[in-house]
Amino acid sequence: MTQPDNFGFTEEAALLKDSARKMLAENFTADVLHGMAAGDPTPERGPALAWDEGLWNQMQELGWGLLAVPEAQGGVGMPLVAVAGLCEELGRAAFPCPLLPTLSASYLLSAAGAGGAAPLEEIAGGATASLAVSNARGSWDFAETPIEVVGGKLEGTACFVQDVAKVSHLLVCARNAAGAGLYWLPVDAEGVEVQGDAIVDLSRDQGRVILSGAEAIEVCADAAPAFDRAMPAIWTLYAADMVGAGEWQLQTTVEYANQRQQFDRPLGFFQAVKHQLVDVMVDIDRAKSLVYGAACAWDTEPEKATRYAHMAKAAASDMAAYASSRSVQCHGGIGFTWECFIHLFFKRQKHSQMLWGDGPWHRARLADIVIG
Amino acid sequence: MSDEQLKDTPEQAQFRADARAWLAENTPEPPTVRLPQSPLEIMTHEQLDYLQAWQKAAYDAGLVGCDYPVEVGGGGRDNCQRIANEEMLRARTPFFPNVIGLGMAAPTVFYHAQEELKQRLLPALFSGEDIWCQGFSEPGAGSDLANVQTFAERKGDKWVINGHKVWTSLAHFAEWMILLLRTDKSVKHDGLSYFVVPIKSALGKGVTVSPLIKITGETGFNEVIFDNLEVDDSYRLDELGKGWQVAMTTLLHERGAGELVTPRSGGMKSESTHNTNSHALVDLARRTERSSGTAADDPLIRDRIMQQLIREQGLADNNRRSRVPDLQDHPMRLALQNKLLMSEVAQDSAGLAMDIEGAAASLYLGDGQAPDGGQWPMAYMNSFGFTIAAGTSEVQRNILGERVLGMAKSK
Ligand SMILES: Cc1cc2nc3c(=O)[nH]c(=O)nc-3n(C[C@H](O)[C@H](O)[C@H](O)COP(=O)(O)OP(=O)(O)OC[C@H]3O[C@@H](n4cnc5c(N)ncnc54)[C@H](O)[C@@H]3O)c2cc1C
Repeated sequence: MTQPDNFGFTEEAALLKDSARKMLAENFTADVLHGMAAGDPTPERGPALAWDEGLWNQMQELGWGLLAVPEAQGGVGMPLVAVAGLCEELGRAAFPCPLLPTLSASYLLSAAGAGGAAPLEEIAGGATASLAVSNARGSWDFAETPIEVVGGKLEGTACFVQDVAKVSHLLVCARNAAGAGLYWLPVDAEGVEVQGDAIVDLSRDQGRVILSGAEAIEVCADAAPAFDRAMPAIWTLYAADMVGAGEWQLQTTVEYANQRQQFDRPLGFFQAVKHQLVDVMVDIDRAKSLVYGAACAWDTEPEKATRYAHMAKAAASDMAAYASSRSVQCHGGIGFTWECFIHLFFKRQKHSQMLWGDGPWHRARLADIVIG
Repeated sequence: MSDEQLKDTPEQAQFRADARAWLAENTPEPPTVRLPQSPLEIMTHEQLDYLQAWQKAAYDAGLVGCDYPVEVGGGGRDNCQRIANEEMLRARTPFFPNVIGLGMAAPTVFYHAQEELKQRLLPALFSGEDIWCQGFSEPGAGSDLANVQTFAERKGDKWVINGHKVWTSLAHFAEWMILLLRTDKSVKHDGLSYFVVPIKSALGKGVTVSPLIKITGETGFNEVIFDNLEVDDSYRLDELGKGWQVAMTTLLHERGAGELVTPRSGGMKSESTHNTNSHALVDLARRTERSSGTAADDPLIRDRIMQQLIREQGLADNNRRSRVPDLQDHPMRLALQNKLLMSEVAQDSAGLAMDIEGAAASLYLGDGQAPDGGQWPMAYMNSFGFTIAAGTSEVQRNILGERVLGMAKSK
C-alpha cells in the first residue's frame, strides 16, 4: 500500500475532529481549566487532581476511549490519522483525561496478539488504562522496566505513570524468563499502591506504582514485537497533542499581540514580535504535517512507521518548547503571572515534550536508522 | 499506484500516461557544456541553446502552459500542469531557461493584458523562443518595491522611459521585460504602472544592459539603464496607476502561491535538490574523516543532519496537506510558507555540508582536491539568492504575519 494523498483523512475522521473541537470549545475553555486546575498556586499543593469526570464520561459515551480497540473486540478500530486528529483537539483544550494513556494501552494490547483480546474488551466496555514501564531514571526503553515477575506475581516500582489517578487499569511491562512481557490488572488490585507525583503540568496527573506481589493476567510473555508496532502510534499521538496545544498557544498569543498596545501600536506591528510568531506557526505546521504523515504511514506503510514517528515526535517536541517560550515572552509581565492561562499550556507542553523521548532522543534513534 | 495517480481524473490519467511515454523517448541527453545550478546563472549561448531547444520540444509536446487556453498558445487543459511537472521531475529533464517568463510574466500578461497582446506574446513565451526578464528592483527599491523611481512620461500615444533597474536576471538574453515603473510622482502605490517592453530590439537605442558578477563568480543578473526609451501605450498592462495591483499578481506567482501553476522541469532541478538534501549530507558525512572516525559518527553532526531531514520531510508533508482543503484554517497559510522554508532549508543544508567538510570547505570549484567538486561552498553562496530574491525571508515573514496571522502591517 502507498500513502493516500489526503493522509487517509476520511469524511468520518474529519467529522470526529470537528465535533471534538466543538464539544471542547463549548464545554472546556481555558478559563474552565484554570478554575479547575489552578485553584492553589503554592508549589506545596502536592499532586493535584483536576478533571471534569462528567465531561469525560460523555466522551466515553461517544466512544472516544475505544477508538483504537479493534472491531473484533467491540471497539471502533479507527485509523491512526483519525485518532491523531482527535488528540490534536484534546491538546488544543489541554483537557485533563486518561485518553492518551488508554489509547496507548489499546495499541500495545492490539499489537500483543491474542492475549490482548480480553483487556481490549474491557476497554471497549469503558475501562481506562495507563502504562507502567518507566524506571526511576525515566528510561522509555521497555527492556529496562523496573518491574519483575517473581513467582508469577509482579514486584517493583514503576515511575512516571501517566494519569494514574484517573485510570481503572494498568498495563505493566515486567521482566520475566523470556525477557519482558505485558501484564494487565486493575489499579485497585491487591498488592498495588499508587503514590501521586507533584508535577509541573496542571492538566495531567502522574504517579509511581508500587507493585508487591500483585496478581495480573499475562497478555504476552515477549513484549518486544508489541512495542515495535505500537510505539510509533503512541509517539504520534503525543505529538498530535502538542500540535493542538501549540495552535492554542499561537492563536492566544497572536490575539494578545493584536490587542496590546505599546509605543502607540499593537505589539504585532513590531517585527521582533511578528517574526517570532510566524516562526512558531512554521514549526507548528511542520509538526502537524509530520504527525499526519506518520499516522498515515502507520496505517498504510507499517515498515516506514517508526522513522516517520521519530520525525513527528522530534519536530513536535521542539516546536512545543519554542511555542511555549515565545507565548510567555510575547505576553510580557502578564504572561509571567499565575492568572494568565498561558502557563497551563506552557506546562502541559513541557510535560509532553519529554514523555516517551524528547527531540534529541528521537533524532538519535532516527540517525541510527538513516545513517546506521 | 502512486500518490498522484490516486487523484487523477480519467483525462488527467491519460495526460499523465502520454506525458510519461513522450518523456521516456524524448528526455534529452546531458549537454557537453557545464550547466549552472539554476536557470538564473545561464551565462553562455551554448548553455542557452541547449536549454531553449529543450523548452521548445517540451512545449510542442504539450508539457508547457498546459492549463492556459488554446487561443493564447496554451494546452486548454484542466489542472494538468501539476502533472506535467511531476512527470518531468520524475524523468529528470533539464530545466527551462525561460523561468521568469513562465513563472512571472505569463500569469501577469494572462490576467492583465488585452486579448490581442496575450495572443501575440504568450506562444513565443511558452515555447522559450522569447526569453523574458523582470524589471522590478532598483538601487533604491528592493524590498520597498513600491518606491520604484523609473519614470515614464506620456508623449501622445507613446511613453518615454528613464531610469535604472538592477539585479535583473536573464536581461542579457531577454527579448521582453515586465516593467514596473512610475507614471505619477505625487503618490506612492497609485503612481505605479506596469508595462511589457521589448528590450532586445531596443539595445543601444534607449536600453543598456550590463552584467553584474554574482557572489559565486558567475553572471546572470544585470543592470538595465533606460535612457529615453520610447514604447507604445499598447504595451501597458491594465489601467494607468494600477501597476501595484498587477505587480501583486506577479509576486504571488513568483512566490508559488498563485493560481496558475508554473511549468517546472525538474531534472537538473531534481539533481540539484538531490545534491542539497539530507541524503547527500549523510553521504558526505560518511566520507569525511575526522580525528576519531568519520563525521557520520559525530553525535552533533548526526543530530544536525536529522534536523535537516525532518525539515525536508516536513516540507513534503506540508505540500501533501495543502492538497487537503478540509484540514486548513487559512487557504494561503502553507502556500506562503513554501518559498521561505525551501530557501532556508536549502541554505542550512549547504551550510551544514560546509561544517561537515571542515577545512576542506575552503576549496572551491576548480580545485582537484575539493570534496564533491567544490559544489557545497557554491551551493551555500547561491542559496542566498533564494532567501533574498522574490521577497527576502524577512519580508516573507512580514507577509505571513500580516496576511495569515492578521497582525498589524509593519510599514
Ligand atoms: C539572485 C537574485 C536574482 C534577482 N533577480 C531579480 C530580477 O530578475 N528582477 C528584479 O526585479 N529583481 C531581482 N532581484 C532583486 C530582489 O528582488 C531584491 O534583491 C530583493 O527584493 C531585496 O531587495 P534589496 O536587495 O533592495 O534588499 P533591501 O530591501 O535593501 O534589504 C536588505 C536587508 O534588509 C531587510 N529588510 C528590508 N526591508 C525590511 C522590512 N520591511 N522588514 C524587515 N527586514 C527588511 C531585508 O530582508 C534584507 O535582509 C534578484 C535578487 C537576487 C539575489
